[in-house]
Amino acid sequence: MQYFFNEQQQMIKSLARRIAAERILPVRAELDEKEEFPWDIMRELANADMFRVFIPEQYGGIGGGCLNLCLVIEELSRVCAGIAISYAADALGCLPLLEYSTEEQKRKYLPDVASGDKLTAFALTESTAGSDASGIKTSAIRERGYYILNGTKQFITNGGEAEVYIVVAMTDPAKGSRGASALVVEKGTPGFSFGKKEKKMGIRSSATRELVFRDCRVPEENLIGREGMGFIITMRTIDRSRPGVGAQAVGIAQGALEAAVEYAQKRIQFGHPVSSFQAIQHMLANMAIELEAARVMVYAVARTIDAGTKNFTEEAAMAKVFATDMAMRVTTDAVQIFGGVGYMRDYPIEKMMRDAKITQIYEGTNQVLRNAIALELLKRKAIRE
Amino acid sequence: MNVIVCLKQVPETTKVEITPQTNTLVTEGTKHIINPFDMYALEEGVRTKERCGGKVTAISMGPPQAEEALREAISLGADETILLSDPAFDGSDTLATSYILAKAILKLEKFDITICGRQAMDGDTGQVGPQLAERLGLPFVSYVSKIEEIREGYMRMQRMVEEGHQVVEMSLPGVISVVKEINVPRLPSLRGLMQAKKAKIPVWNAQELGIDMNKVGLSGSPTQVIRLFFLQRASRGEILRGSLESQVEQLIEKLRETKVI
Repeated sequence: MQYFFNEQQQMIKSLARRIAAERILPVRAELDEKEEFPWDIMRELANADMFRVFIPEQYGGIGGGCLNLCLVIEELSRVCAGIAISYAADALGCLPLLEYSTEEQKRKYLPDVASGDKLTAFALTESTAGSDASGIKTSAIRERGYYILNGTKQFITNGGEAEVYIVVAMTDPAKGSRGASALVVEKGTPGFSFGKKEKKMGIRSSATRELVFRDCRVPEENLIGREGMGFIITMRTIDRSRPGVGAQAVGIAQGALEAAVEYAQKRIQFGHPVSSFQAIQHMLANMAIELEAARVMVYAVARTIDAGTKNFTEEAAMAKVFATDMAMRVTTDAVQIFGGVGYMRDYPIEKMMRDAKITQIYEGTNQVLRNAIALELLKRKAIRE
Repeated sequence: MNVIVCLKQVPETTKVEITPQTNTLVTEGTKHIINPFDMYALEEGVRTKERCGGKVTAISMGPPQAEEALREAISLGADETILLSDPAFDGSDTLATSYILAKAILKLEKFDITICGRQAMDGDTGQVGPQLAERLGLPFVSYVSKIEEIREGYMRMQRMVEEGHQVVEMSLPGVISVVKEINVPRLPSLRGLMQAKKAKIPVWNAQELGIDMNKVGLSGSPTQVIRLFFLQRASRGEILRGSLESQVEQLIEKLRETKVI
């Protein structure tokens, strides 16, 4: 399939692939086993300018948006989705800054993110607030030029490792979701500490941690947008980041398909490679068809966003749901094609299946996203222009 | 700190072909890369610049296509590049090559250190580095595995020797050749790749370098390769038979015969 990438995009894709092959492949199993944050790889990505691909030139980026980001995430995920999410979560944290922050805030934070000197993280989820973002309990009460934060955020990707956190908290708890605001909180701010580091099923090299705020004083100039915009900023941010999760799923599935094709040609049973059996061939063909369809959707949505389209909630959700469900099926089938050895941790394929599962859950579960898609569909009675 | 790095473009494959008439390696038609040992030299040059400031100038002598090697050097952190290319240079041996490189280096502005790889993976002579130092009248240290300290006029380094390493001091300017233990070369950056794509690589020919034509090319090279051929590697094994004990006895006997034990 020809995807008509421009010269810069081809460069980004091939360099990301090279980093994945030369630097990530040799360490992915060890990082997964040890649940170790991939700082060396993050530095490699920074040196290669990979954190610049989604940031405008005036803030130290190379100018580019969602598609650039998707290409990097896909190539990294093809080898290790755990490392890819550490990178992608940084882009997620950047989005509110790119879209809603003041010029001053952009100049303060974005250059360090572009250079890779600082990672960011987006903190929304709490024990009582996942798909239902209105269940946020963390409060940020304004008091003499500061917001006083109290509460605990849960499952925060890059938690503990990032320097800059975008935290969604209630500035006016009485107003429900309209009382939420987004604030920049820097690591090291008194009253801000890190809690439990999660032990996960997949994407184990990535850091997932609690953020604990106890009378944490954040200067009021750290507010992003206006008070009460937190919920809107969150929704728009996640709309924009969903193609990235789709790209992650496409990358994982690509890695799994390649491994399955290679193994099926090597594995001899009944005197023939198992790839000569039609049962296996059809599995491989179905994997390839679904994978390519997902890729088309992800790139198309990324391009829609980069073209400056205003509303893409539905399309972004579709691409995320389709690609991540696809990745779960493809990796499951890949393990099946590997048979017994596929279940063993000596082979890389079971990791891909473990890694794929999270993509159906985070940045909007596929169920809540189907609700969103259905809602749009019913609102406009399914008539499309 | 002004650093000069000498690079050679070599065929990527290990299956090189030989021109029967001249007994030199065929360089056309195959994919070419920067000599792997020179990648360590370039990386060390770039790291030195990052530590001490200054700039890295990468130079290469070769056919016009060697420009690609210099473009790659830019993507990896070289600030300036010069290609030394002239049909008259074809077939130059190490002595002629070091003469051409020395002429170019003398034409450049004052430098502190010139770094070469320990040897090229095609010719495998390891002679150009030391010859270059000799021609420039500068000190030379080979097989450098670590730069311990480097500043204006002085450097201290470790060089690999058979069983361990030596610590050597040298006055600067000087020339060193490095081994692969010295660093892990970086991958290119996107901005580097974009810069490399746009860069104009200056080419200096024999005339610009003020070259004495009797000292370069095949005819100007004192080394004449008589014959270059591939080694036929025949591995003749011998399979010992009998019980395990008797095999062990036979093996010990063989090892004694060949004076291994």
